[in-house]
Amino acid sequence: MKWEVFLPYLAVTAGVTYLIRMIPLTVFRREIKSPFIRSFLAYIPYAVLGAMTFPDVLYATGDMRTAICGVAVAVVLAWRGRSLLTVAVAACCAVALAQLAMLLIATR
Amino acid sequence: MNKSFRQGIRHGIPIALGYLSVSFAFGMKAVEAGLTVFQAVLISMTNLTSAGQVAALPLMTAGASLWEMALTQLTINLRYALMSLSLGRKLDETMQTPQRMIFAFANTDEIFAVASSQPGKVGKSYLYGLMLTPWFGWTLGTLLGGAAGTLLPEFVRSALGIALYGMFLAIILPPARKQQSVRVVVGIAVAMSLCFHYIPGLNTISSGFVIIICAVTAAAVGALLFPVKEEHA
Repeated sequence: MKWEVFLPYLAVTAGVTYLIRMIPLTVFRREIKSPFIRSFLAYIPYAVLGAMTFPDVLYATGDMRTAICGVAVAVVLAWRGRSLLTVAVAACCAVALAQLAMLLIATR
Repeated sequence: MNKSFRQGIRHGIPIALGYLSVSFAFGMKAVEAGLTVFQAVLISMTNLTSAGQVAALPLMTAGASLWEMALTQLTINLRYALMSLSLGRKLDETMQTPQRMIFAFANTDEIFAVASSQPGKVGKSYLYGLMLTPWFGWTLGTLLGGAAGTLLPEFVRSALGIALYGMFLAIILPPARKQQSVRVVVGIAVAMSLCFHYIPGLNTISSGFVIIICAVTAAAVGALLFPVKEEHA
């Protein structure tokens, strides 16, 4: 990507992300009183990650069938509370195995 | 090097290992999207956030406006404001405004979780140690993924493409299992996101705004239906 296009994006992403983390630690230190705003902030991460995961994950491997295998494994392990690393690695392995299975079926 | 600095470094190692694999996938994705390896590494060095960086890639390649980029980052990373607010009360007197400004840069989900779980107050030596190893892991993983990702066979690359989403699922599902409120919020966000991808007309809206609209609506509905009593971190 051209640097003159890239650098403004870099400045904005890094700047916004930093300010969100920095201002509540330094300037704005009082507690949030409004139950609505507190609840809203508590739910935002789950809403963001949910919207970012579906349907994008179905296209993450280039083949929806293998992606579904990966998602299924990730959902089962995540539901059982396994660590981030375990879930991520297991999902990759599931996709790899599904690709292998697909290859075997295709060459038969 | 004092003792609490070394302890911070040590506590950062498991986080760094997790980051290494996730940022490897990010580096690969960024280079596939048309960024150079160096640009991918610069993003990781300056942002240190998985979801925000992943969402930034399609916006960059689509030539989105800087406003859309800023609003998207604001929405995705809003959770850090809450973590910073919460962590602020756990810092000891060695953490004055300049030190807080340095540590703020690295207040990620995982670093926050480890720092918050320490007994008593935490000071600058420990926190500087704790931010150093994960930052290094995040940067190194991006470099490796960006540089080596394209050398890997297609078979391995497509399998790694799901790593980041696996991590997202690992973050949202355990609380969704325990709390109906989180299930409802995630359900609304996912349903809306599906609509924005597949319904003609709606699917012309760019990815940053889709995330903002879905997340803000779902979280607002959640906050109206299930207001949280105690402060969540």
